[in-house]
Amino acid sequence: MSLHTRKSKLEIWNLIAYLIVILYVIFLIFPLANILKSSFDQADGTKGFGNFVRFFGEPHYFNTIINSFKVSIVVTIISIILGVPLAYFYNMYQMKGKRFLQVVIILCSMSAPFIGAYSWILVLGRNGVITRLLENLFGYTMPNIYGFKGIVISLTSRLFPMVFLYTSGALKSIDNSLIEASQNLGTRGVKMFFKVITPLCMPSILAAALIVFMRAMADFGTPLMIGEGFRTFPVEIYNAYVGEVGQNFGFAAAISIVAILITALVFLLQKWATSKFSFTINAMHTIESKKAKPAFNFFIHFYSYLLVSIAMLPQVYLWYSSFRNTSRSGNVFMEGHSLMSYKEVMKRGLGVSIKNTFFVGALSVAIILVLAVLVSYLVVRRKSFKSQLIDTMSMVPYVLPGSVVGIALISAFNTRPLILTGSVAIIIVAMVIRRIPYTIRSSVAILGQIPISMEEAAISLGSNKLKTFFTITVPMMRNGIVAGALLSWITIITELSTSIILYTARSQTLTVFTYVFVSRGSDGQAAAVATVLSLFTIISLTAFMIISKDKDVTM
Amino acid sequence: MSVDIHIKHAVKKFGNKTIIPDLSLDVQNGEFFTLLGPSGCGKTTLLRMIAGFNTIEGGDFFFNEKRINDLDPSKRNIGMVFQNYAIFPHLTVRKNVAFGLKNKKFPKDQIEELTDQFMRLVHVDEYADRIPERLSGGQQQRVALARALVISPDVLLMDEPLSNLDAKLRVEMRTVIKRIHDDVGITTIYVTHDQEEAMAVSDRIAVMNEGVIQQIGNPQEVYQRPTNVFVASFIGRTNILEARLSIRDGRSYLTFKDGFEFEIEGVLEDQMKDQDVLASIRPEDFVLLHGEEKGFEAVVIDSTFLGLSTHYNVTLATGDEVEITQESSRKSIVKRGMTVSLQVKSDMINVFTADGEHNILSGVKNDEVE
Repeated sequence: MSLHTRKSKLEIWNLIAYLIVILYVIFLIFPLANILKSSFDQADGTKGFGNFVRFFGEPHYFNTIINSFKVSIVVTIISIILGVPLAYFYNMYQMKGKRFLQVVIILCSMSAPFIGAYSWILVLGRNGVITRLLENLFGYTMPNIYGFKGIVISLTSRLFPMVFLYTSGALKSIDNSLIEASQNLGTRGVKMFFKVITPLCMPSILAAALIVFMRAMADFGTPLMIGEGFRTFPVEIYNAYVGEVGQNFGFAAAISIVAILITALVFLLQKWATSKFSFTINAMHTIESKKAKPAFNFFIHFYSYLLVSIAMLPQVYLWYSSFRNTSRSGNVFMEGHSLMSYKEVMKRGLGVSIKNTFFVGALSVAIILVLAVLVSYLVVRRKSFKSQLIDTMSMVPYVLPGSVVGIALISAFNTRPLILTGSVAIIIVAMVIRRIPYTIRSSVAILGQIPISMEEAAISLGSNKLKTFFTITVPMMRNGIVAGALLSWITIITELSTSIILYTARSQTLTVFTYVFVSRGSDGQAAAVATVLSLFTIISLTAFMIISKDKDVTM
Repeated sequence: MSVDIHIKHAVKKFGNKTIIPDLSLDVQNGEFFTLLGPSGCGKTTLLRMIAGFNTIEGGDFFFNEKRINDLDPSKRNIGMVFQNYAIFPHLTVRKNVAFGLKNKKFPKDQIEELTDQFMRLVHVDEYADRIPERLSGGQQQRVALARALVISPDVLLMDEPLSNLDAKLRVEMRTVIKRIHDDVGITTIYVTHDQEEAMAVSDRIAVMNEGVIQQIGNPQEVYQRPTNVFVASFIGRTNILEARLSIRDGRSYLTFKDGFEFEIEGVLEDQMKDQDVLASIRPEDFVLLHGEEKGFEAVVIDSTFLGLSTHYNVTLATGDEVEITQESSRKSIVKRGMTVSLQVKSDMINVFTADGEHNILSGVKNDEVE
């Protein structure tokens, strides 16, 4: 039921709706149209399908898609195999240090992907600490971590927490009576896990699988860092764009279009799958965690802590590395510990990077919040063609890999009338576009749970519509959206794939700054910047945990 | 300042679906008026049209002489109480109650005074500085009532305000609502699907079905002389039996399928003709006889002792199953399977035309506005 009594075209929400449509057209539709147009620009200056023919014709390029699929499928499967039991143990049984476990699991998923990959290299790479150790002690040479293996290990250790979080959410919504009923009917233990628990969690597991798959598919930092000869297509887009032999924009655009089509297809497939499996359950009494029998109890602790340690330890080692002495160039670690890496990065512009990171992050989050609240209001309370259109457009960035967003924006805003390339503004636009679907989804969900009678009560008490929105609706949404905003903030400050395409020396953020040191081989300094970034992530995450209390973390 | 309300030929459509085809209604100043009907009958829709939250597709709505069709909901000076209370969860009880006064730009000291006065009126003053989340449903509904009344609205609208409360609290709160209404004396429109609640609180009741008002009257009128079978069945419980009306020597008799017959008085002049009819006999209007007196012959299916009264389900010789309520007595309860005979308090029953649309007895009060 709508709130308006008169159909006035000049109503404030109508204006807002038009404004948002215009913003989407300028900053999303126009760049995407541009990239589509560019994809037909052939190297010789003519128009045609040359780029696509080249991409699908040459195994050198086409294999990148096969590779991306291989990585994504394997990472998704392993993440589910690792994450679902972890969530099951965590929610069904009493465990020591649950809170700690949860924080570490979430932290694993929050770090910048390429920093994760980088810390794996520090541990298991050619000069990695464990590689060295095994070689020196036993003369054993570790198998090479670079390539497919490395990408899978690194991505899985970052993405299995998604499966954990989604499945935990589902488990929390299972009513204890369902468990009791199944036991009463003679199902227990492993059989109950497969026959009762898993089917009940299926929609969430599928949702998690999609998130894992999409992130693995679109991930850029990990294969860039650890992939070496193993090429995936987000890296290929970047390579075509940066171009070892001169820029080839048309080709980069063509791969981007292929990438969008693939992710969109996966997205639609998942939608279809979830609709087949979807049902709603509501727990009046959530599952009580039981005490496991001693042997099993040992096993679940061993499993959980081992998994989390393996995922987390490379990062801990990275933090440790930042305090080690290095050679003057910073490329080789030396005996002893000091803050020399930190001193060095301070000299080279750590302050500016931090400032940029905060500026970009804060401004993007502010814009995202305002837009998301407005859009969710339009979608939930003002159903119309316009709001449907906005709703649909707001979901488009969901299927856009980060590097595609970067390239699309550059192609759109490097010429008049609106030149943004090289500015901080273009990075902010990119961050807003990439993050907004998530915040809009969560805002829509939050607003959907607020009964419209709250607003009607305010209006009947003499408050006008705009005042009601600001004094009633927004404050009621506050907790939910602040939590969402913090998650956006963390994603933005750890983001690399878009900023690496858009940055200039002026607009360099912490992730880009880290990457610069990594690519120079200055391990100590890279570790120092990465540690600073981790510190900010941990602080933000703590704030998020405090605000959202025990509510589920979803992304 | 309380007003009277006139609704003339109201029409409500959602898309192509007509919810209210043509509805007229007068509510008097200070009256406690209830819209009663099954869910989906359009009662809440009508209330929301008065409040301004639903569009009006036709007809005119007046507060006194003022047409309010196009008046913004925030300017109608209405106090509204919602089914889910709609207490602002981020504001304290005091701030909730003061919300409307602030919008009306009352001076600060007056806001405080009025807020205190109304919180005391509904007995929530001791929770003034609490966040409403920690209050019980009943307390939240009291806050909602204070919040709606403090702005001295022209009209108080209540949309199923008690349906989220448990049975005991519901009875307690309806007394509270009735008393406060009597104290404040404000024109009130109350929506409910609970006929007992409606009878307990209302000055007058409008019984609605499928967007059409069936009957308007005070609780006693509506219960004792329902205008049609729908009202008879919806208000209270009743048994509907097929019968034949026959006129002999200027007197009217009801004959049932098993041949049982008794005289019926008060048939309207224009209905004094032999015809098939429907008799509505309420459970308490049967008299259960143990002897051999003439009456319905019935077999007891089951009996339920409820303290004050005892309920029976019996099968008549006509094949109909009927419900009977008897005041409990020292005498032993009639056991299942026993055959009994039933008399009827013929002055209490109602007789309808065979289509169930009209009561053919005199004395039906219906304040419907044409």
